[in-house]
Amino acid sequence: MRLLSVTLILSFVLLACDSEQGPSFNRNPKEVVSEFGIDVEAYDYENFKPFLNQKDDQIHVINFWATWCVPCVAELPYFEQLGAEYPEIEIVLVSLDFPKKIKENLIPFIQKNTLKSEVILLDEPDGNKWIPQIDPNWSGAIPATIIYKNDKSKFYEQSFNFAELEEAIALFDN
Amino acid sequence: MKLTKIFLFTIPFIFISCGGAEVTEDLTEPLDSLTESISNSEEPDESSENIGYEVGDIATDFSLMNIDDQKVSLADYDEAKGFIVIFTCNHCPYAVAYEDRIVALDAKYKTQGYPVIAINPNNPDVMEEDSFENMKIRAAEKGFTFPYLLDDGQEIFPQYGATKTPHVYILKKGADGNKVEYIGAIDDNYGDESAVTVKYVEDAVDALLNGEEPTVTSTLAIGCSIKM
Repeated sequence: MRLLSVTLILSFVLLACDSEQGPSFNRNPKEVVSEFGIDVEAYDYENFKPFLNQKDDQIHVINFWATWCVPCVAELPYFEQLGAEYPEIEIVLVSLDFPKKIKENLIPFIQKNTLKSEVILLDEPDGNKWIPQIDPNWSGAIPATIIYKNDKSKFYEQSFNFAELEEAIALFDN
Repeated sequence: MKLTKIFLFTIPFIFISCGGAEVTEDLTEPLDSLTESISNSEEPDESSENIGYEVGDIATDFSLMNIDDQKVSLADYDEAKGFIVIFTCNHCPYAVAYEDRIVALDAKYKTQGYPVIAINPNNPDVMEEDSFENMKIRAAEKGFTFPYLLDDGQEIFPQYGATKTPHVYILKKGADGNKVEYIGAIDDNYGDESAVTVKYVEDAVDALLNGEEPTVTSTLAIGCSIKM
């Protein structure tokens, strides 16, 4: 009887863990904005941090951008191409658009450009609080990109083309 | 009875094993230590980093064309005690969000000896909206009360080390030149002026006017990269 109950409980534990999908953390957006069937989750920095810290043997590419940032928009197709050619890489496009303009600017942009990568918004107005935590050398200019896998991480305050992205990714293959 | 005990004992274990512990552990680990650990094992980063002024450096003067078609230099300001130099532009929404606050800074501090000097660092060939003609139009629309200069040839902003708009440098005039006292953001909320809790630039200028050193001498904010 006792053995049975332990077995029952153990199988429950395993099941519960197996049923988790996607990122290995509980998402906790401060707001979810929906329009045209597109959902955009807005995060404060505290709840955004888990996106930068997944130890799941996967390469993660986190790109900071905004719809009004010309060089950011210019490099987006390369991140999209990366996502298409390397489905094992997780790409997250972190929009720094004004939170009030998600419906007006961001979602229409996602729709118009049929972005396949996940887009979230970072709603944290005091950059001084979080920019140095992303990287001590980041001036706050965008575009900027973090590429990481487990404990290995690299930060780029620059624009990418596709070849440069592939090169950067190659540093993480081992 | 036994079953209940086992359950009570196991439930917290389930909770911990299914994600809770993992996430908290990760959060406590500072990101920069991760970055450091990798940067040692690789090629040195671009040598272009950390160029430009740090607090305490003497800032260069310049002679740049203002929107009234007259050249402006810091040396023109005999009476000034210092300057609020702001690299800003027309096209960047972050810069636009700060326009009224920049006008207010000039209104408050010009008479006290710290005028605003705005400089557009962008190359108008790359960003038409930041052309000299469009600078004149925007300044008139917003009623700029301060010089709005074009960094024609883009030789000044790299010396300061500006990387984005808006990017503020507060200078204090002294015997050996204009000393950099503060580098960074205007305040701690670009999007909502009414939610600002710390006015970085005002705090720094107030300190200087009181003969003190600013307590916060550098801050970071998101901005539009300078177009070259």
